[in-house]
Amino acid sequence: MQAGPENATTTDERHSSRVAFDVNGVPREVTLDNRTTLLDALREHLDLTGAKKGCDHGQCGSCTVLLDGRRVKSCLIFTVTLDGRSVVTVEGLAGPDELSPLQAAFIAQDAFQCGYCTPGQLCSARGMLDEVDRGWPSAVTEDLAAPPELTDAEIRERMAGNLCRCAAYPHIVAAVRATAAAR
Amino acid sequence: MRPFRYHRPTEVAEAVAVLGAEPQAAYLAGGTNLVDLMKLGVQRPDVLVDVTRLPLDTVEELPDGGLRIGATVRNSDLAAHPVVRRDYPVLARALLAAASGQLRNLATTGGNLLQRTRCVYFQDTGKACNKRDPGSGCAALHGQNRDLAVLDWSEQCVATHPSDLAVALAALDAVVEVHDTDGARDVPLAALHRSPGTHPERETTLAHGALITAVRLPALPAARRSAYLKVRDRASFAFAAGSVAAVLDLHGGVVRDVRLAYGAVAHRPWRAYRAEEELRGRPFSAELAAAAADAELTEARPLRHNGFKLPLTRSITVRVLTELASS
Repeated sequence: MQAGPENATTTDERHSSRVAFDVNGVPREVTLDNRTTLLDALREHLDLTGAKKGCDHGQCGSCTVLLDGRRVKSCLIFTVTLDGRSVVTVEGLAGPDELSPLQAAFIAQDAFQCGYCTPGQLCSARGMLDEVDRGWPSAVTEDLAAPPELTDAEIRERMAGNLCRCAAYPHIVAAVRATAAAR
Repeated sequence: MRPFRYHRPTEVAEAVAVLGAEPQAAYLAGGTNLVDLMKLGVQRPDVLVDVTRLPLDTVEELPDGGLRIGATVRNSDLAAHPVVRRDYPVLARALLAAASGQLRNLATTGGNLLQRTRCVYFQDTGKACNKRDPGSGCAALHGQNRDLAVLDWSEQCVATHPSDLAVALAALDAVVEVHDTDGARDVPLAALHRSPGTHPERETTLAHGALITAVRLPALPAARRSAYLKVRDRASFAFAAGSVAAVLDLHGGVVRDVRLAYGAVAHRPWRAYRAEEELRGRPFSAELAAAAADAELTEARPLRHNGFKLPLTRSITVRVLTELASS
């Protein structure tokens, strides 16, 4: 490739930013290269390695976290955009010595094998159950006017953004179903 | 990834001014496509202007019965909006058929319309692509072109537009509100996206610096009977192999009004005016729907691997209209 400003990779202070945001209820402040994704900020700068890097292109879901309460893919978000916002990772789903009902259900239902996708599955399921509570329809919801009923087909469609290469899907569906039923 | 400077304006005029002054700047909204393309080296902006803090995130019912959707309204919020679900089910269905829950929580209305093709040659900087690198050629024309265009392509580019939302908006005669340094103006959705022609790198009719601020839907009572049918290689979280947005207004079995638009067939969402003309004023039947689709596809030129898109488009036209007619 030709050298020149188009291909410049050197950075100066204009390419970095100070960002203040909440992570798992704790105010954090970091100064990072603007190119740093939320996923890399969590893993490489904030010592939170729960969120996993699978594809790094928004396709596998293993980096899923909650942003202002909504599930998102942290590999597609530049940290610089998050000033004043609030992130919850798998480490923040429950206190340090306890499990959330969803986490307990994943264990009870044996909803993982290698476990790599599990933090993303948990954060995604957490956000998904809140979406159902808000009455959001999905692609398989028959009646757009009625509150959705969380059938297995609904769980599968709503969790389609999370891949599990061990194919623990039947048990993941069971864990989500059990958590929803217990509420 | 190329280093970039970052701006977070709080007013539209400021965003437009900042971007207009920087020839290689890009707007950043949900980022679900742009961030990925920056990682791939396909897009290399040196400045990002974050539009997500602009006051453009509301859905407003208009006095004339229409709807005004702010450009940064998230896909998930729009799909769940009670008025959209009741009055424009085709729009809710198109949004819900796209991407995944996590992506819909980030992706915005304006960003969705401006997303780039998923042509694999465009996304691979090692391949010739006139859209990414004007004048370099089109590796897709004689390459693996199963997913690409059958209508209105050129020797320079055979890419398709990937949006489902845009197909629904095309059927609904949506109007896009745009701000640039000259102020505000309206662009009909049908005039937003370009045919590839000899300049596939120009995907829309918007000049550098123009910002989509809202999408307006006209009142269309017939749209209460509307649907979006998308066919994919897998059941969920995939781009369309074929899709159709349809509004059908039947009176005594006769087609009083109909709106049809196709996805996955061309460089832009494809409003099927010819098919509508075939249908309007005639007693509805599955045979008529098939003939209407055939009329629309008269000028189709399938590539080596995508001839299936013609019978597929015909089939989904018949299915969506037949289902609407019996609903």
